[in-house]
Amino acid sequence: MKKAILQIENLTTSFRIGNKYHAAVDDVSFTVNENEIVAVVGESGCGKSALALSIMQLHNKQRTKSEGNINYKGQNLLKLNDVQMNKVRGKELGMIFQEPLTALNPLMTIGKQIEENLDYHTELSSAEKKNRTIELLTQVGIPYPERTYKQYPHELSGGMRQRAMISIAIACNPALVIADEPTTALDVTIQAQILDLLKDIQSRTKMGIILITHDLSVVAEVADRIVVMYAGQVVETGSVKEIFNNPLHPYTRSLLNSIPSAANEKNRLHVIEGIVPSIAKMDRIGCRFQDRIPWIPKHAHEETPRLHEVGNGHFVRCTCYKAFYFQAEGDASAHDITKIR
Amino acid sequence: MTLLKLDNLKVHFPIRGGFFRRVVDHVKAVDGVSFELQQGETYGLVGESGSGKSTTGKAVVKLNEVTSGQILFEGRDLASLSRREIKPFRKDIQMIFQDPYSSLNPKKRVLDIIAEPLRNFERLSPSEEKKIVQDFLDKVGLSPESIHKYPHEFSGGQRQRIGIARSLTLKPKLIIADEPVSALDVSVQAQVLNFLQDLQQEFNLTYLFVGHDLGVIRHMCDRMGVMYRGRLVEEGKSEEIYENPQHIYTKRLIAAIPDLEPEVREDKVQLRKKLTSEYESTYSKYFDENGRAYDLKPISSTHRVALQ
Repeated sequence: MKKAILQIENLTTSFRIGNKYHAAVDDVSFTVNENEIVAVVGESGCGKSALALSIMQLHNKQRTKSEGNINYKGQNLLKLNDVQMNKVRGKELGMIFQEPLTALNPLMTIGKQIEENLDYHTELSSAEKKNRTIELLTQVGIPYPERTYKQYPHELSGGMRQRAMISIAIACNPALVIADEPTTALDVTIQAQILDLLKDIQSRTKMGIILITHDLSVVAEVADRIVVMYAGQVVETGSVKEIFNNPLHPYTRSLLNSIPSAANEKNRLHVIEGIVPSIAKMDRIGCRFQDRIPWIPKHAHEETPRLHEVGNGHFVRCTCYKAFYFQAEGDASAHDITKIR
Repeated sequence: MTLLKLDNLKVHFPIRGGFFRRVVDHVKAVDGVSFELQQGETYGLVGESGSGKSTTGKAVVKLNEVTSGQILFEGRDLASLSRREIKPFRKDIQMIFQDPYSSLNPKKRVLDIIAEPLRNFERLSPSEEKKIVQDFLDKVGLSPESIHKYPHEFSGGQRQRIGIARSLTLKPKLIIADEPVSALDVSVQAQVLNFLQDLQQEFNLTYLFVGHDLGVIRHMCDRMGVMYRGRLVEEGKSEEIYENPQHIYTKRLIAAIPDLEPEVREDKVQLRKKLTSEYESTYSKYFDENGRAYDLKPISSTHRVALQ
């Protein structure tokens, strides 16, 4: 049995729009174990980033409400006040943001930004801090750490900036790192390097990683378990092997089919009709995905969709997966890659 | 039929320095690139950022000044034409930009955005203009009422379709698509890619597709060129490049594509490590002493590689 680092139970995060609260993260539960990468997948607007910010409690408190449990080392993070949370944030939980150029301070050198974290959470002398910073920069594969220490973010390339950000996130040896689309702004070659780097650091420190992404191929490359989110809810979860070999929920299958890959080469790509509903206009009764698969009869959906276990830690929401097929629009069903395999 | 032919195209940007801002050196963004596009095909240009692929695309529409070399479009050399002389050719070559958020003027209505190319080249009455714009909106799947809206009222995929409609109004022969889907979600990306393929058939378009996502390029393109540091290092049919890459850089690029099958990922990590060491040990086979890739040499009738 692996040691659980973070347990999220029934987390609901709501934003205030006008006088009403609308849930962007709706009753989400999952666990992150030691030395494990859990990927949270979905389109933009599905609540992935809202979930990440809820765990770190970076939402504006006046406009958001978080309920449920986020268990970290026996304490509920949602119950902590700002002072207590500041001690956890950055030290126990690290975060890697999507766009390194906007997340880094343009007026501070890379070295100072890493030291800022050490300043806050450790009591090292300035010489020790500098040593530790150079050590971190070396660890993340920056070729000239002494020089980079004195450089500003704009002097570095995108990949190097992302490495610098990773070194801030891991400066205090956190037990868990949340990576919000860490490679979306990067090229494939650099993406592969950053993903290999994250795995490499993980193999040394045994930290848990929550990887938030919309790119399923990245997930296939690094993750151990997957949480697929749609409209704020978890619609499918399971191990990577299970989800890629036996995807069940219509949303997961549609996402997999919309990726251009060797299996559906030259065919038409699958297009998911419609868009993710906005949180204020969403119908909260019934299956939230039903509007995007209108050819599936209404009775195939559950009235109040629950997560059903289909074996081996694999959960699917709603019963509509049993009735789901790809609409025969053109040759849409012909390139169902799950069938080709 | 050859529609576009680039012959030893060079785009160098001056680096200025010193007291009088004299030119001290050049950035060789594109350094001797040659390839041909046939009528009706899709040609992909891939490479990492800074490899010069976008600069090449922009040079074809003369958004960048060409340093030397030829851009032959239907036999005429665009590179030697002046601003005024090139104007009639602008109708035939249009561009789709990467970021649908910054390439549409936020202060203009959709009508004005899409009609702008028309207004530059044709004299139409407002009602004719409106009709043409609505036709094109219909083709790209947006409602006719959208003409009075502003760009911020649309989602990313819809904005990209507005950009595509704008590029189509003058019935161009060649469209340069500079990373048209890299700012979009996978599901929206699929929509835009399908749609670009439909348009290609309907209007008999030729695409020069610039991108760094090899999955997308493979899906869209018949032939492709791989760029590295301003040079083409390999060129051929898409299958040839993917199944049988010859240049070390192409091999690394292909090994970097994430695979949809979780079972093979350990092998991939090993493969990438192996290629990195191969890159270091065989560097001189692929690059000369200045780090410049060699000229392309044919290894079959369609496949060319930059080897010593």
